[in-house]
Amino acid sequence: MALNNYCLVCGGTGCESSKSDDIYKKLKEHAEKAGISNQVQIVKTGCFGFCEKGPIVKILPDESFYVEVKPSDAEKIVSEHLVKGRPVKELLYKTADDIAAKSEADIKFYQKQVRIVLRNCGIIDPENVQEYIARDGYAALEKVLFEMTPEKVIDELKKSGLRGRGGAGFPTWLKWTNTRATPADQRYVICNADEGDPGAYMDRSTLEGDPHSVLEAMTIAGFAMGATKGFIYIRAEYPLAIHRLEVAMKQSREMGLLGKNILGSGVEFDIEIRLGAGAFVCGEETALMQSIEGKRGMPVPKPPFPSVSGLWGKPTSINNVETFANVPVIILKGGDWFASIGTATSKGTKVFALTGAINNSGLVEVPMGTTLREIVYDIGGGIKGGKAFKAVQSGGPSGGVLSTEFLDTPIDYESLTKLGSMMGSGGLIVMSEDDCIVDVVRFYLEFSVEESCGKCAPCRIGGRKLLNLVEKVTKGTATLADIDTMKQISFAMQRASLCMLGGTTPNPVLSTLKYFEKEYMAHIIDKKCPAGKCKDLVTYSIDKEKCIGCTVCARKCPQGCITGERKQPHEIDQSKCIKCGACFDACKFGAVLVS
Amino acid sequence: MSTNVMKETKTVNIKVNGKSVAVPEGTSILKAARLADTKIPSLCTHPDLKSWGACGICVVRVEGSPKMVRSCTTNVVEGQNYITHDPDIVETRRTVLELIMSNHPNDCLNCPRNGSCELQALCAEFGMRGVPFEMGIRDLPIDDSTPSVILNPTKCIGCGRCALVCQQMQDVWALEFLNRGDQTRIAPAGDVKLAESPCIKCGQCSAHCPVGAITEVDETRKVWNFLRDPEKHMVVQIAPAVRVALGEEFGYEPGTVVTGKVYAALRRLGFDRVFDTNLSADLTIMEEASEFVERFAHGHGELPLVTSCCPSWVDYMEKYYSDMIPNFSTAKSPMMMMGSMIKTYYAQKSNIDKKNIVSVAIMPCTAKKYEIQRSEDMKSSGYLDVDVSLTTRELARMIKQAGICFKDLPDEEADSPLGTYTGAGTIFGATGGVMEAALRTAYNMVSGQNLGKVEIESARGMDGVKVASVKIPVGGKEIEVKFAVAHGMANVRDVMNQVKQAKAEGKELPFHFIEVMACRGGCVAGGGQPYGSTDEVRQKRIAGIYKDDNRSAIRCSHENPAVQNIYKEFLGKPLSEKSHELLHTHYFVRPLYVK
Repeated sequence: MALNNYCLVCGGTGCESSKSDDIYKKLKEHAEKAGISNQVQIVKTGCFGFCEKGPIVKILPDESFYVEVKPSDAEKIVSEHLVKGRPVKELLYKTADDIAAKSEADIKFYQKQVRIVLRNCGIIDPENVQEYIARDGYAALEKVLFEMTPEKVIDELKKSGLRGRGGAGFPTWLKWTNTRATPADQRYVICNADEGDPGAYMDRSTLEGDPHSVLEAMTIAGFAMGATKGFIYIRAEYPLAIHRLEVAMKQSREMGLLGKNILGSGVEFDIEIRLGAGAFVCGEETALMQSIEGKRGMPVPKPPFPSVSGLWGKPTSINNVETFANVPVIILKGGDWFASIGTATSKGTKVFALTGAINNSGLVEVPMGTTLREIVYDIGGGIKGGKAFKAVQSGGPSGGVLSTEFLDTPIDYESLTKLGSMMGSGGLIVMSEDDCIVDVVRFYLEFSVEESCGKCAPCRIGGRKLLNLVEKVTKGTATLADIDTMKQISFAMQRASLCMLGGTTPNPVLSTLKYFEKEYMAHIIDKKCPAGKCKDLVTYSIDKEKCIGCTVCARKCPQGCITGERKQPHEIDQSKCIKCGACFDACKFGAVLVS
Repeated sequence: MSTNVMKETKTVNIKVNGKSVAVPEGTSILKAARLADTKIPSLCTHPDLKSWGACGICVVRVEGSPKMVRSCTTNVVEGQNYITHDPDIVETRRTVLELIMSNHPNDCLNCPRNGSCELQALCAEFGMRGVPFEMGIRDLPIDDSTPSVILNPTKCIGCGRCALVCQQMQDVWALEFLNRGDQTRIAPAGDVKLAESPCIKCGQCSAHCPVGAITEVDETRKVWNFLRDPEKHMVVQIAPAVRVALGEEFGYEPGTVVTGKVYAALRRLGFDRVFDTNLSADLTIMEEASEFVERFAHGHGELPLVTSCCPSWVDYMEKYYSDMIPNFSTAKSPMMMMGSMIKTYYAQKSNIDKKNIVSVAIMPCTAKKYEIQRSEDMKSSGYLDVDVSLTTRELARMIKQAGICFKDLPDEEADSPLGTYTGAGTIFGATGGVMEAALRTAYNMVSGQNLGKVEIESARGMDGVKVASVKIPVGGKEIEVKFAVAHGMANVRDVMNQVKQAKAEGKELPFHFIEVMACRGGCVAGGGQPYGSTDEVRQKRIAGIYKDDNRSAIRCSHENPAVQNIYKEFLGKPLSEKSHELLHTHYFVRPLYVK
């Protein structure tokens, strides 16, 4: 019997942690019970991107888009939709006007997105190579092997204008050309899947949702550069992505898509997975190679660049997951097509992990040149709780913070760098008026200090000193001279650090000093945290007029520092208060004041 | 194995601060600047080591680029002009230096490197008057588990020289970086104590440390206290390599032979008898050459014979090559033979109760401090044959403490009966010297005649491994003794593996006789020598050693009248029962890690 429906269940890490695996099992169970298991194909896919509303279930062919699905909803989806053909209205996404969206096309989150990298995520079963092939998978590899020369492949990439998506934006074709041009008995292709920016999960989702696209691209890279060996360096904290890669590699080998004689072409290429232990610095290419070689993951100075002397001293090209995922499409649709998307210097799309104080957090893929405003307001649906937008942090701990006046900046490599931030791997963290900029900077510095490998003095010591000074600001003990010291350290770190981790650690400090100087001054001069985040600068007190003496706050206070008779105004003992805010949250009468 | 292939090197024309200079291709900017009379400061780079760019002090700019690069790891490029000092660069260096200072204890007065510290010198050059950052000194436990070196990680500036020396030059891998970021510290892997690690006590870490983080164990006070005791009969010996290096502490050029002044200084310090380890080096040759002849000419014992006068090498062999224990010469080192002769032969001859004799050795070596207690064999007299072993550096300090104007001292002679030495004894201090001395005597023992030309040039020089042979006439025929000389512990593996492989495959042995010295250049650059050993300094000291040999009236150990007397009056003949009891030792299999 022919299939009536496809039922796609998100199997990304985010939705799986919200029990999407149970939903999948229950759907199968109920379909079985309803006797329709041969009429519906239930598939666990990769990430749909709309993580805010996960777990997501999508039904084809009518494209009903169910959000925030629970395992208990499975029965209804089967009995109503799959058996009777009636979409379950209450599970459909509601637009701003409270209208149930019929499909993704009605959802603003998706309207401005262009999906090249994520073309198969949320559509195919990543553990089934046939589904990848059905969507033109491995057609690019076939074309490359039988219709193109290595030079032609690189030429196509050059036309496309594809630049490294790991953060630095180095032209991919040039990296491949340099690696190919270095004489050697062995060359290596490395896929950098050591995604480590806080809040970023673009690469994880790509590998979870479409692992074959990366394998195919690496094989194309091997052909183009004359390399027979590839490594995927991926963090051990990504078990699902690793599992899907392993499944994909097994299938590819069985089908002759990896190995000694790929598709009978005589071309050899194979891939090994190397697990990283989660050190952020191992995303830096030289440290990454040290780690693959079994050494302590510490960067080594460049030059020589990896394309000349890389893994075990051999020419090596290291590309990021997202960069690779673009390659098969460029080969199939042509470099010119790709170059028609984006801006003058930044071509194609970019995937961002949109998080923070935003309504629609999730993975978004937009053409280069899309403005921050479009991402934050159109796709992201604006700030949570109707609060005012304060800033966007891009580029992870190496990036900078952009304020309101830059909302209309078209996103590309150059514009962001010019503003003191960077594209980075694609983390976008949105902040509202409730976020304290200095506190955010403290968070990023803590991360960078923790992740410094400890090799070079500027990063190892400078990062810590910077953090100490920023902490002083959050505590209200900093002086204006401390700002100068922060600038002094930053100046030296940017210039004398061995790798980009240390060189960019001061970026959050410098960009916020530039755009949010007032907020620093409020902490330093007025001893106040405008967002009320910095505990040491916050005082809780009780408004005697408003307090009715209900005693709730006193009971909630973990310090026992609120006293007062029943039905009498209460009082907080400031010497014991730890500023946890429990009283503030507990008071129903607005009697607890924050200043 | 190192080879002598002279590569055709291209010349690169560059400018340093506008001054033209032509340097060989592959020269670092730092070295090139030195050739243009410009000194770029650095705390991590060292001529013995591959630069790895840790400290961040040596930054320079390429004219036309705002970026700063590390001059120690960046090679010159044709046509570029390097700016080594401009206000931005000086500011960056100063800040990095201040950052390093902010994590370094400010206790120069108590520091073993007071006056010889590279950080102290650089801070003096920069006119440091305070640290503008919060101090962040870690209180880490001192590792004084070995009798040779003290590791004080609190003083470590993280330059990594010690780990690079231990891993690359010495192939020992006792020292490694633990933890990361500003928690990074130097310690043996697994955070065990040095005494529980593969450490061979060579002290090269202490010789390369720019600050006081790793130093020799100072025992000068112990010796002073012995000297204060009127009951004690104080006897001292000095090693071959001390005489060509001690002068450096008093303003002499490296390699100046100051033997007579050392004797005089030791007498002024209060020693009752001044003997010379060179004599016992001759004694070692008598035993070891006899051993070689036994094995080589008479087939008694394993070949190749491997020298054993270097205690670090003995320790290394017991840990890494314990299967080759039968190949080791059982002859003790010259220091231990002298110790034994002092407390047996000399005590008996002079009618002094050996329990009142204190035997002190002045050595270029930190491992000698370990050797004096390495097994029960080191107490052949019934007491410690050597009570204290001081390094050259410690002796220099004692001479300074005693207010002795070294340069004004007269040249004096050593005392009888253990003071006369030959040229063969003195060359023990240089790589290849033991081999050369042994062959001079073995040649005589086998052929009954002396070598026509005693200099065996093929054993000399700075190549890491030297392979050659000597032909000895026997009954109208010639037999060939094939030998290998290795120095710098990392060069040993290749030689040993060649032997092992030949044995495993039943092939002819590649060598009959192997000399190993743990330190590059031999004892002249031992871990206890004056600071500043580089290849240039090593070669000057070696030249001093050969000068001492050249001007010796007697140049073969078997012709040393004092040694002949010892055999006549006391030991009988080489390899006699008494020799075995007093001059030979046993070896043990030792684990790399005790825990």
